[in-house]
Amino acid sequence: MTRKIIGPFNRVEGDLEVEVEISEGKVTKAWVNSPLYRGFEQIMQGKEPLDALVYTPRICGICSVAQSLACAKALANAQGIKAAENGQLASNIILACENLADHLSHFYLFFMPDFARDEYQYKPWYEEVALRFRAQIGTATNTMLKARAEFIHITGILAGKWPHTLSIQPGGTTTTVSSAEKATLLSILMGFRQFLETELFAAQLEAVSELNSEDELKAWAQEHRQSDFAQFLHIADDLQLSTLGAISAHFMSFGAYRFEDEFLFPQGIWENNRGLSQLNTQLIQEDISHSWMLAQNETAHPFQGTTQPDPEQSKGYSWCKAPRYDDQVMEVGALARQTMAQHSLILDLVNTQQSNVMNRIVARMLELARIVPEMENWCKQIKPNEPFSHQEPMPKEAEGYGLVEAARGSLGHWLRIENGRLKNYQIIAPTTWNFSPRDKNDRAGALEQALLNTAVGEGGNNSVAIQHIVRSFDPCMVCTVH
Amino acid sequence: MFNVLWLQSGGCGGCSISLLNAESPDVMTRFKSAGVNLLWHPSLSEASADEFVQLLETILSGEIHLDALCLEGSVMRGPNGTGRFHMLAGTGKSMMSWLQALSEKADYTLAMGSCAAFGGVTAAGNNPTDACGLQYEGKQAGGLLGEEWRSPANFPVINVAGCPTHPDWVTNVLMQLALGDFHLQDLDELNRPRAYTDHLVHHGCARNEYYEYKASAETLGDIGCMMEHKGCLGTQARADCNIRPWNGSGSCLTGGYPCINCTAPEFEQPKLSFTETPKIAGIPVGLPSDMPKAWFVALASLSKAATPKRLKENATATHIISPPGKHKERS
Repeated sequence: MTRKIIGPFNRVEGDLEVEVEISEGKVTKAWVNSPLYRGFEQIMQGKEPLDALVYTPRICGICSVAQSLACAKALANAQGIKAAENGQLASNIILACENLADHLSHFYLFFMPDFARDEYQYKPWYEEVALRFRAQIGTATNTMLKARAEFIHITGILAGKWPHTLSIQPGGTTTTVSSAEKATLLSILMGFRQFLETELFAAQLEAVSELNSEDELKAWAQEHRQSDFAQFLHIADDLQLSTLGAISAHFMSFGAYRFEDEFLFPQGIWENNRGLSQLNTQLIQEDISHSWMLAQNETAHPFQGTTQPDPEQSKGYSWCKAPRYDDQVMEVGALARQTMAQHSLILDLVNTQQSNVMNRIVARMLELARIVPEMENWCKQIKPNEPFSHQEPMPKEAEGYGLVEAARGSLGHWLRIENGRLKNYQIIAPTTWNFSPRDKNDRAGALEQALLNTAVGEGGNNSVAIQHIVRSFDPCMVCTVH
Repeated sequence: MFNVLWLQSGGCGGCSISLLNAESPDVMTRFKSAGVNLLWHPSLSEASADEFVQLLETILSGEIHLDALCLEGSVMRGPNGTGRFHMLAGTGKSMMSWLQALSEKADYTLAMGSCAAFGGVTAAGNNPTDACGLQYEGKQAGGLLGEEWRSPANFPVINVAGCPTHPDWVTNVLMQLALGDFHLQDLDELNRPRAYTDHLVHHGCARNEYYEYKASAETLGDIGCMMEHKGCLGTQARADCNIRPWNGSGSCLTGGYPCINCTAPEFEQPKLSFTETPKIAGIPVGLPSDMPKAWFVALASLSKAATPKRLKENATATHIISPPGKHKERS
């Protein structure tokens, strides 16, 4: 039995360290450490409530709009208002742009390059994959970066810039959209659709969205071999990625792309054997028993939560707190969202194989196919001559929370205003859920569970299998601890 | 080849993500054109864990020559000077100590973004992590390396400030260095590249006509000038954001919100709030940096008196309601 520390993991956002215990060639225990603490929750104490809209996007450069929107929603909740309809549509388009750009970056820049490693040089698919996906020099890099940058022109129009916009406000957006700009937005979306339909899928987005089962997915992959997604499915089949990083499904979603009272993808909880149930945010607690944190209570709902770093905590091994839902570990992300949305392909995959490396990737690719057409619809629904925002005063005393689905999953902000200033601000980010340390009942977090039983082979702690599992969650470590 | 090592510490990764927005051409093509070789970048490189730690060792031993060390994010000195708020994963050492060692090996050290340059947002509020910049702590020279520190190529830390940085600012300076085309006189008084800090955010701002006549926005989203009421610092902020578009066509100002002067030290701690202009006796504090106050007040009251009706009406609207020129009513 050996214990090894692995890190840093690049091609994840932020710094990550994983400690593993290896016995007879398999991982028997894992501890996930988020080694960076910045203290946003402390920084925001005493600030003007609306200034949180400047600070919170800067929690994260890759999910900055999700942070903006969670903050704006929490402030709107405190004010008792809702955003103007045009503002809701524009915010959803900006958020979808970020989320899809992140899915794209994850696939092409962060995840696929591991299959172009020398370890796989004897695989029949290696040469083609290395040519396409090798880090920095793969032919996909330039093509993808160009498509990504042009797609993000959406934020140049709707948000001023990305990352770190201030255009998303509690009452809506500071930008308006003229009918001429609607035309520009639609043309950008068409450009991105064409990239996806030629390079990633080599098929119409609608045809990908309509895949109903694993069998249909396999048949589709055979017919679209030249596409990057099919290339992945081929590798996944060969390396049995559906058995890698597998955990029993305990999924949560806060609900994605809300317009008025409707979500595009609903909120909820999905548990293996129990199916779907309603989300009750009162059941969310953060546990600090294994964090370098000091607090009066070991667990607290985020409205009561505090953040006081203390590196001397003897059981602590991460700056990350351990969020739990009704005492359960939850996995969040595209796979959770698409399960909650009852997409038949995803339900088929999850019912037979639960959560694993392959399913996490398939769900992200499915979202690329499903959301671009929705963005086209939202653009068309914008009414240029109607308001994009309304202004309401900020109360001196209030409490509010805001929930969104970032690319990586459920993100929540909980704030309290006293004497017109922020008294408390608590954030639970997607990777806080996925990469949490153990809790007071010694239950390991989602990644800690997913790493168990991984066969590491001769590579030991350098096993590329560990890299695949870690990256399959598309972790964002800067959000995790904030 | 011009070897670049890019590390991240107390920041959000947004300057790297912004770098990936480079276009026409993309970041990799740009670097290729000037022989910039990314030895390692957190978002782009294959090497992970042990392979990466070995790379750092070979740089320290001198086996691999490092031309430029880039840091993104603040230096985390806390708690109590230990640097424990950021231990570089897999090494058991603080990032602060790695930075001290590596900066002695690189011909040039660059702070990518305002966090690495001055402390930035990570140092806001009560600065719980004792975050600072590589050679500045807010406006004060010093930071991690000290005011007198110079790199082996006899350069201070090059502060590519911004929150985030524009991809062009980053690629330009690295390429200029690689081409031997970047000199001390290319730095401003805070060691930022003059290529973008010789400009003001005010330059090229689409709201300039409103500024000329002091036709001011009253709420965020109004199209008037945001200097008088909404905290806009564009007339003082050193950057070319309205000359060089962001993400195709944007800037903070086109996005409908004020410039928060994110290329400046201590921007993260506004006097009042980011979106409210502090005033004394109704006159904004922090007028254009090199304009005599009396002149500003005199000109402002004159121009206010001369404001065309069109601008007055549009300034507090969210889109143009009164276009220039005579327009006949159409029924």
